[in-house]
Amino acid sequence: MLATMEYKETEQATATSVKVHVEGLRFFYGASEALHGITLDIPEKQVTALIGPSGCGKSTFLRTLNRMNDLIENTRVEGLVEVLGDNIYAPGYDLAELRRRVGMVFQRSNPFPKTIFENIAYGPRIHGVRDRATLEEIVEKSLRNAALWDEVKDRMNQSALGLSGGQQQRLCIARALAVDPEVILMDEPASALDPRSTAAVEDLILELRNQYTIVIVTHNMQQASRVSDFTAFFYEGDLVELGKTPNLFTCPREKRTEDYITGRFG
Amino acid sequence: MKLVNRKRRTARRYFLDRLVRYSVYFLCGVAILPLFFIFGFIFSKGITILDWEFLTSLPKSIGESGGGVVNAITGSLYLVGIAASVAIPLGVAAGTYLSEYRGSKLANILGQAVDVLNGVPSIVIGLVVYELVVLPMGGFSAISGGIALGMIMIPVITRSTEETLKMLPKSLKEASLALGASYATTVLRVVLPAGLTGIITGILVSLARVAGETAPLLFTAFGNPFVNLDPLKPVSSLPALIFNYAVSPYEDWHRLAWGSACVLLLGILALNLFSRWLSRRYRWY
Ligand SMILES: Nc1ncnc2c1ncn2[C@@H]1O[C@H](COP(=O)(O)OP(=O)(O)OP(=O)(O)O)[C@@H](O)[C@H]1O
Ligand SMILES: [Mg+2]
Repeated sequence: MLATMEYKETEQATATSVKVHVEGLRFFYGASEALHGITLDIPEKQVTALIGPSGCGKSTFLRTLNRMNDLIENTRVEGLVEVLGDNIYAPGYDLAELRRRVGMVFQRSNPFPKTIFENIAYGPRIHGVRDRATLEEIVEKSLRNAALWDEVKDRMNQSALGLSGGQQQRLCIARALAVDPEVILMDEPASALDPRSTAAVEDLILELRNQYTIVIVTHNMQQASRVSDFTAFFYEGDLVELGKTPNLFTCPREKRTEDYITGRFG
Repeated sequence: MKLVNRKRRTARRYFLDRLVRYSVYFLCGVAILPLFFIFGFIFSKGITILDWEFLTSLPKSIGESGGGVVNAITGSLYLVGIAASVAIPLGVAAGTYLSEYRGSKLANILGQAVDVLNGVPSIVIGLVVYELVVLPMGGFSAISGGIALGMIMIPVITRSTEETLKMLPKSLKEASLALGASYATTVLRVVLPAGLTGIITGILVSLARVAGETAPLLFTAFGNPFVNLDPLKPVSSLPALIFNYAVSPYEDWHRLAWGSACVLLLGILALNLFSRWLSRRYRWY
């Protein structure tokens, strides 16, 4: 409750609008409840970091935002999730369109076993782009946005699996950008990368923040403070606190937040 | 005292180690001996027969020497082609289903059915095709032979497709779905292409297997002394020709049989080697 209220203040202060609105979200894996009524708003064109100890429900929460949890059998959602103004769990909601507008980057880079070009072109193709010149344009733009163009422009027709781990992850980000999303969800996008690649991905997030609404799960507190505007602290399926990143890290309101960010548990 | 003991034990261990190793070598040798025997025998008998005439001309009538088996070579290719066009779509579809719906009740039943089909003797498959295709159509035909071979191929392709697709990482499918692709698009444009090498390998292996099948062809494709490309007419094949000519009393026909065996063996060997090369060269995961 507190968290939401504080957020409301900051919202007015920065005059941004809300892209994702979640109210009383509960999520069940079978009989076990992984999220116990989450309420929060995610502001437009800002980076919101989700932190919290392992198993607290960060990934689960993230995956409710583009309904990737639908793929897991025997799960159930309660409460309201509005993305870009629409209740995404309403019957008949267009899932393909949701996932086009809400992109996702996974913990382990997962390029398709196709060429670099085909990896990026896949998304636009399935959403109906046929024209070769348009596709080439989209591919170049996405790769430039993902700060990968210069590294791969001479090997567009080579397998994406030949790229380094960090390059693969940026390729996956470019692939997500290629369908022109508004929100990008990232689940620990740098946790499998070496420090240099991690820095590259972080720089990229900072560059993208002005164009996209980004939600990023991270275990790395420094990373959260470097890249995010807002930080949400999850604990055992509850949202404990949400605030502007500098505030949350310097003077957390909740004892549990303080314990976590000072490394006393988790 | 202790030291001596330990030395003795070490020596014993060495001896045992060597004994086991040499027994394994020996048994391996025994196991592949038949292979060398078959290849050596067939090649020594058949390779000298292979020449342009053998590959491109029809068998001569009894008493004339020379001639070839072009009818059987084209017939075998034709039959295998029909079989592949029957079995590939069905086998790949079934394998995809088994992999995608693993654990479901229907998938379990289908999997069992495929295993049973795999165990049905090929002559029984031939008999069934004879009853269901040859008799109603009123005669032996290439199409009935192709169907019989196709039924033998289906379980092999199904299982290899299933195994290949099961090995693909789940994250691949997630990546596609997260871009807004439908389930069908994901399977057709991401999953199947990612498993293509493995699927093709399985197809090649199944082709190699049916290329040598004889029994089901005897009362389906039957045989034909001429080159035939009409699916409704009987067609010759290498195995059937070998069978017929080898049991004949004519020296010239024996020669054709040995040559055909050589061609068949080379073809199967090539398919196997190619499939191995393919699966090494183009393995994504
Ligand atoms: N597929 C699943 N089936 C059943 N329970 C699950 C499943 N996925 C997650 N859970 C449970 O839901 C809870 C939240 O998991 P979740 O993966 O969202 O945590 P997380 O915060 O992302 O953790 P981590 O930081 O380790 O990634 C955990 O208790 C977990 O065991
Ligand atoms: Mg997680």
